[in-house]
Amino acid sequence: MARDALTGSRIRERRAMGGLKQSDLARQVGISASYLNLIEHNRRRIGGKLLLDIASVLNVEPTALSEGAEAALIASLQEAAQRARLDESESDRAEEFAGRFPGWADALAAAHRRIADLERTVETLSDRLAHDPELAASVHEVLSTAASIRSTASILAEDKTITDDWRDRFHANIDADSRRLADSSKALVGFLDAETGEAAPSSSPQEEVAQFLAAHGFGFAALEAGEADIKAVVTDAPDLGSAQSKLLAHTVLARLVQDSESVAMADLQTALAEVGPDVIALAARFSVGVPLMMRRLAAVPGIEAGLVVADRAGSLLFRKDVEGFTIPRHGAACPLWPLFQVMGQPGQVIRSRVEMPTRDGAVFDCLAAAEPVGPMALNVPPLLEATMLVLPVPDDATRGNPVVEQVGPACHICPRSGCPGRREPSILSDGFGDF
Amino acid sequence: MGKHVLLVEDEVNIIEAMQFLLSREGWQVDTHSDGATAVGKVRDMRPDLVVLDYMLPGKNGIDILTELRADPEFERLPILMLTARGQSRDRDQAERAGVSRFMTKPFSNTEVITAVRDLVQLAQ
Repeated sequence: MARDALTGSRIRERRAMGGLKQSDLARQVGISASYLNLIEHNRRRIGGKLLLDIASVLNVEPTALSEGAEAALIASLQEAAQRARLDESESDRAEEFAGRFPGWADALAAAHRRIADLERTVETLSDRLAHDPELAASVHEVLSTAASIRSTASILAEDKTITDDWRDRFHANIDADSRRLADSSKALVGFLDAETGEAAPSSSPQEEVAQFLAAHGFGFAALEAGEADIKAVVTDAPDLGSAQSKLLAHTVLARLVQDSESVAMADLQTALAEVGPDVIALAARFSVGVPLMMRRLAAVPGIEAGLVVADRAGSLLFRKDVEGFTIPRHGAACPLWPLFQVMGQPGQVIRSRVEMPTRDGAVFDCLAAAEPVGPMALNVPPLLEATMLVLPVPDDATRGNPVVEQVGPACHICPRSGCPGRREPSILSDGFGDF
Repeated sequence: MGKHVLLVEDEVNIIEAMQFLLSREGWQVDTHSDGATAVGKVRDMRPDLVVLDYMLPGKNGIDILTELRADPEFERLPILMLTARGQSRDRDQAERAGVSRFMTKPFSNTEVITAVRDLVQLAQ
């Protein structure tokens, strides 16, 4: 049936939704109830002034009656019908369904699209897991070790004539394999934990340092007070298993101690109580650079503030998480962060209010600044380092403020669609509909 | 002397268990752990049956299998593949390459022994 031929069905549906009797509507638009009945059963065509009058009484746009649901909605419903293997006669009634039950039709079409998106996402994740070399290696190790244990244990259990030499050898093999199985199982769990964003064993020196700093709450009072030695702290840290991570941690702590010589924690806390977390004012008060003041603020015990430091290549050199502002563990971060905007304007401080795509749309004030680092040399461009302080904004402070930049954590874990900064599909979006 | 089995496997403890099992059944068992030289080993030893792992250093079991099947002399050689890669596509790949039997780890000793017996009987 043609779409405009269903105008009557839509009038009937809208009238019923509004609780209006057929006779009342007919009277209000100046026609007989029997004629309206013919119209509502699509036995009389309708247009012109009468359609406008009926639309006015029903308080809807005339096109909602004459054109019905959008083509995309009809297409989604027909697709849903095909997926459900409904008869063609049923599928052909999609528009009639949409016209009579617009709310249900929208819900069904949305559910169908959501299912399709989720199916694509599951396929993609399955594909990633199937081809992930780390996961494949872990699973192979677990299964191979289990095979060895099962085979050897069966021999010991079933063969009563086995010699002492063989028995001892198999006992030793089972002992070794059981320990190996425990290790490989832990590695597998660690991998899966990392995939779900939970705590996982460190996979790189940078990760080890991040865990080490988090374990200390990013505070090292004894070092700042000169009561402890950086080398001893690093050497004794159980989180720092590799020489590379120890070296990186040493560099981070050396900078922390150096910063504390310019801005002592006790003095900073006094100033904070007087002027609040105003980075510019605090930097001026202590006569230090803004990036240094950001680092000091992020180190204040109990303050809810995140910190990210990156080099010009976009590598994250330091990160301190704050709830709701996800800083990616691997790969590049969101290119829309103010952290990267300041790379082209060293010395300028940018303040930007941003929203993360969390369920409740967490909002943060980000302050970012870039500065040259390392030794200066003639005709050699300086190395740049950008620092960004991330301060959560209370809900009541964000109401009615339209100037909020939409950012994300990193493309591969960002659900935003239509983002100009997107570099790769996300595993969290509604499938990969944008692509 | 019983039939001759070549076990191509790189897990030391699986090698020991399989060697014990097959020897106990009266088989003459030789082992080899390097995928890269496995085809040459088969050509040298001419076993009655090969038990082949999938993931081996140097060359994987599928490539070894494909290479052996391309040689008319080993076209009908019974080859039992034991692997931790148990997905359907791995099995399909092995079957397309000409595997005689495909078993996944962890396996039961009885199933392996039965499979070895069956394959050799079928080949006779």
